[in-house]
Amino acid sequence: MLWLAEGTWEGCIDAASPLIPEDARVSLLYVVPEDLLHAAGAAAEGLIGRWRSRPQPGLTEQMEAEATASGEALVAAGARLLGRADVGQVICRGRVEREVVQAAEAADLLVAARDGDRSRLGPHSLGPATRFVVDHAPCSVLLVWPDEVPDVDSIPPPPKGRRSDHSAPPLR
Amino acid sequence: MVVSVPAAALVLALGILPLHVATEEARSLGPTIGFLAAVLVLAEMAKRDGLFAAAGAWMAAASRGRPVALLALVFVVGSTVTAILSLDATVVLLTPVVFATAATLRLRARPHVYACTHLANSASLLLPVSNLTNLLAYRASGLSFTRFGTIMALPWLAAIAVEWLVLRRFFASDLVGRGVTDSERPVALPIYPVAVIALTLVGFFVTSIVHIDPAFAAAAGAIALVLPALRSRKASLRDVGRAVDISFLAFVLALGLIVSAVSYRGLGSAVSHLVPHGSSLWSLLLLAAIAAVLANAINNLPAVLLLLPAAAAVGAGPVMAVLIGVNTGPNLTYVGSLATLLWRRTLRRHEVEPPMSEFLRLGALTVPLVLLVATLALWLSLRVVG
Repeated sequence: MLWLAEGTWEGCIDAASPLIPEDARVSLLYVVPEDLLHAAGAAAEGLIGRWRSRPQPGLTEQMEAEATASGEALVAAGARLLGRADVGQVICRGRVEREVVQAAEAADLLVAARDGDRSRLGPHSLGPATRFVVDHAPCSVLLVWPDEVPDVDSIPPPPKGRRSDHSAPPLR
Repeated sequence: MVVSVPAAALVLALGILPLHVATEEARSLGPTIGFLAAVLVLAEMAKRDGLFAAAGAWMAAASRGRPVALLALVFVVGSTVTAILSLDATVVLLTPVVFATAATLRLRARPHVYACTHLANSASLLLPVSNLTNLLAYRASGLSFTRFGTIMALPWLAAIAVEWLVLRRFFASDLVGRGVTDSERPVALPIYPVAVIALTLVGFFVTSIVHIDPAFAAAAGAIALVLPALRSRKASLRDVGRAVDISFLAFVLALGLIVSAVSYRGLGSAVSHLVPHGSSLWSLLLLAAIAAVLANAINNLPAVLLLLPAAAAVGAGPVMAVLIGVNTGPNLTYVGSLATLLWRRTLRRHEVEPPMSEFLRLGALTVPLVLLVATLALWLSLRVVG
């Protein structure tokens, strides 16, 4: 199962595609971030009852419909990019990290992309949701780089006062 | 909201608030409520003319799919919309457009949506029209529209800068990838509503200079957008009536009367004993902090109504410090007030619990810093422009 998210979905498929065996059953997962939509809707409700008499669908519901449509389009685009026959397409809704863990229950392997800011490598290549998924997934997790794999030189030098083995002076 | 109007009626019927005090209060609140109604109509009509959709298309094109650039544009548009068309416009009209823009670009919406909800509060410091609390304070302080804006310009910029620095780091892991941009489709900005809003803004300052109530400029702007919409049947009279939102205006009036009754019966002098008197940096900081806490405990409208009389007696500085507290403070808790939150929880029908921890963590990171930096900017601003 491949977990796709905006910003990294193409890289995730590109990186995972050569690693998937021919006979494996593949499904693509996208989670509609309902928690985020509720936060936006709650901000509107926070305006103590203003705009509530409107007949139009609520802010949250309207955005939920848009988010579902855009998630379906993303997964469909992912299936096209993967170019395999019968790829499962799964759309869940809820808190992203919990839904991913839940959906991975039926899978043998979950493929996830690292997030974030490539300019600062190290512990920050996992966002909070990915971190949670890695910690709690009920199966093996394959973490892929959504773009170039970084060079070993990109690791920052060790903090001062604690020398690594390679640079330690030879003991006599 | 449902209880405030009967409660206000009860306050009057039982003679807790003498009728002459009540009429005085209603008369002083009247223009504020009219001003508010005009701005609500202005924003709603601008939406019908496609202003917000055009802003979304422009942000998508100008960002060229880069997430950090999109966040910067959301900050520019969100701060501008909040300052000129009030925080309601940002929360209700801009947020869905920003969400849709991110989704169309296939970028993660989280940083951009949170930017909107946060800026709706933090960027509502600039003008009397930006926030209902400002309108109330503007009446109470006796400042001109122009002077209000001049004093608040620096705190407004400071608050936005702090939000930028924190959100940019907080959501660093979500600002990833390159969005899919449509081929260079030209963005058609609806000229007429933009021109009307720009002229209304100029009108605020001009009326303020010639000592006419700026509410008239807002009303003129609203009429200039409503009439063509009615003629072209883009909006019906009912739509306009709904945009005016009589029930909300009644709520503001009722709330004003209740707070006036509470102040009249002694709480006002109790409050003025509790808040710091003076315009020193320390007093301003303390006042902003008290206002922020009160806004989260009892919601920001009652908070500002309670604190204003005591602050206005000292001068413009303390009034503005109260505004910094009640406007930016609501980012601290989930929906701006614990009371609203509890009430909301019991009403919840959705299965998904809101992301309390994320919202609270972001609030805890931004609000104290925004309070500190914006109040410091206010203190500087008062020294420079007096």
